[in-house]
Formats: sequence, C-alpha cells, structure tokens
Amino acid sequence: MGHEFTKLLELFIAASLIQNFVFTRFLGLCIFFGVSKKMETAVGMSITFTAVMVISAALSWIIYFTVMVPLGLQFLQIIIFIGVVAAFVQGADTIMRKVSPGLYHKLGVYLALIATNCIILAVPLINAEEKYTLIESVVFALGSGLGFALAMIIMASIREKLEVARVPRPFRGLPIAFITAALIALAFTGFSGLIQL
Amino acid sequence: MQDNRSLKQIFLDGILVDNTIFRLAISLCPAIAVTSKLKNGVYMGIAVAGVQAMVNLTISLMRKFIHPRIRIPVFMLVISGWVTVTVLLMNAFVYDVYKEVGLYIALIVAFASILAHAETFASKNKLAPSFVDGVGMGLGFMVALTIISFFRELFGKGTLWGVDVLGFKPMLIMILPAGGFLVVGLLMGFFNWIDIKFYGGKGAGGAG
Repeated sequence: MGHEFTKLLELFIAASLIQNFVFTRFLGLCIFFGVSKKMETAVGMSITFTAVMVISAALSWIIYFTVMVPLGLQFLQIIIFIGVVAAFVQGADTIMRKVSPGLYHKLGVYLALIATNCIILAVPLINAEEKYTLIESVVFALGSGLGFALAMIIMASIREKLEVARVPRPFRGLPIAFITAALIALAFTGFSGLIQL
Repeated sequence: MQDNRSLKQIFLDGILVDNTIFRLAISLCPAIAVTSKLKNGVYMGIAVAGVQAMVNLTISLMRKFIHPRIRIPVFMLVISGWVTVTVLLMNAFVYDVYKEVGLYIALIVAFASILAHAETFASKNKLAPSFVDGVGMGLGFMVALTIISFFRELFGKGTLWGVDVLGFKPMLIMILPAGGFLVVGLLMGFFNWIDIKFYGGKGAGGAG
C-alpha cells in the first residue's frame, strides 16, 4: 500500500512539473497564450480545465478498457475519445453558464475550444498508450491539470506586468509572450531528473 | 458566401497572407513540439496538409446534405476519420518519425485551423476551390514548420535531416523545449518587423 502511494505521488509530480504539458510537451498552447492575459480568467480557466480533464480521463478510461479493448476497437480511439470529451464539455459548458454567468461571459469562445483542446484529448491517449490503471489515470489527469494551472498562473502574472513594459513594436503581443514562455520553460528544465520513473 | 478569388489566389493566400502559424497564430502546439528535427517537422507538415485537403474535399462533397445544426459534430467526425487514416499510414510507412511524433499526429484532430477551414470555406464552396484552399493552407503550415525546424536543428545539433553540416553544436538550448518558444517568438517578431517596415503594419500581429 505504501509503495503504491509513493508511485502515485511520483506520477503526480512527474505529470505536473517534470512533464509539464505546456513547457515540455507543448500542448494546449492556444489556450495558454489566449487566456493568460489576465489573472482572473487564467484562474477560472484552470479550474474548469482541471475538472474537465479529470472527469473525461476517467470516462475515457472506462470506455476504452471495458468496451473498446474487448471488442478490439483500439484503432477508433481518436474518434471515440473526442466524442466523449466533446459530450462532456458541452455538459460542463451548460453548468458553468448557469452557475457563473460572469465568468462564462469572459471565457467566451475559449470554453467552447476546450472541446477540441489538445491536452484534454492527449491525456486519454497517453493513458491508453501507457496502460495506466483507473486510479493512475485520474492521478495523471489531476497532475496534468494542476501543472497547466501553474503554467497559466505564472504566465498571467508576468503578462499583467508586461502590459506596462515598453516592448519594441514588432515584438508586441504574441512574440514577447513566446519569449517569456521560453524563459519559463528554461526554468522548468530544472525539474528534469527530479524523479526517475 | 461563395468565395470569388481565383484558385491561384486562394492557394497563395493560404501560404502567405493567412499563414496559420506566423500570421493567425493558431495550431501552435505541434509547431514547437515536433520541430526539434527538420525531418519530423516536414513530415508533420505533410500530414497536416494531407488531412486538411481531404477534409475540405469531403466536407465540400457533403455540404448540401449536412444540416446546419449538426454541422460541427459532423465536421469533427470527418476530421477524426481522416486523422485516423493518417496515423495508420504513418505508422506503416515512416515508423521512425511516427515513434517520435505519433501523439501529435493524433492530435491534429484538435487543430482549430482545420475545423475553421472546414466551417468557413469548405462548407460553402465547390469542390475545386475547397481542395485548393486545403492544400494551400497545409503547405503554409508545412513551410512554417520547415523554417522553424531548420533553425532549431541547425543551431541545436549542427545537423540537417540527420546529416552533420556544422561539425559542432552551437546552441544546445535550441533543441530544448525553451528553444522552441524562443525561435517561434523571434520569427514572429521578424515577420511583424517586415510587415511594419515594408507594408506599413497593416494587419500586424497574430490573433491572440
């Protein structure tokens, strides 16, 4: 039991820091650069994102290992996972519109984009590839979500400061955001080798 | 809204004016993820171009039968079908590339640009313009990936397509994750600079 727990903890840290989706796997960049201009939206997005990721990873795992593997339908995984994620995001969208209309209004188009977001689709694909158990899949999804949240919050806090900085004209907007991301990514390479999985 | 531009114009706009990566700044993930080697970058570009062209063709063929309300799910189905075909093809024929970029090929399905072209172009236009639009956009994507991976492999490893050309490794940082962001940032800045310098900054910068 103790050994199992250690393994899960390692998986969690690896997913959130060492294999951080934004800085080492480069997924979810559209949202990362799109929503990280303000802290408030970055936090809202991160929370929605993590929740959607954990639940859709669990749903996809159940469908993959109880239906698709016994029937030998693994080659349909892309189509099926995107269906699961899209259906679930539609549900989350409706709930958020009811519970928090202000935030819904701000996140606007990006909430719809979650459905076709690469990280949310990548997590079930990696889970299937690595043959994680259900608990491992959920922990992996949670770690990935929190890692993404961490990246968003760091980026948002820097970009709020960048608003008042004097940036050369060709670099205003996205280019400087990319160079900022490069510097953060450089810091994140410091985590590599923290745990040997 | 039928598009009245000539085929040649549609083709060129896809490569230059509406370049997915440097001008519209969408579908950025693979632009950084797979570009540490020139070979991976080029194959990824080919895969995207193929998927985009075939998706546009299919959607354009079916455009009269798709009910507007269910169009997005139908588009997603068509896209993921073609992506599955691409994944299986690459797995069969270029296994060494597939091993490294397989995950990103599968994730082409989540490309905003492919869905956007299906929605704004292919579902409203005839077969030939849709196909040309898909090929043009795909080639634009491929050109961008080729430029990025050229610089990253050359400076990071001193090689091109796996062949040693420099004999030393000038900047290891280029093949690290950080280098990807840096190269894309600098190239975007460079294209903006050209835009401001020679075209007066009309339409400068990406969407966001």
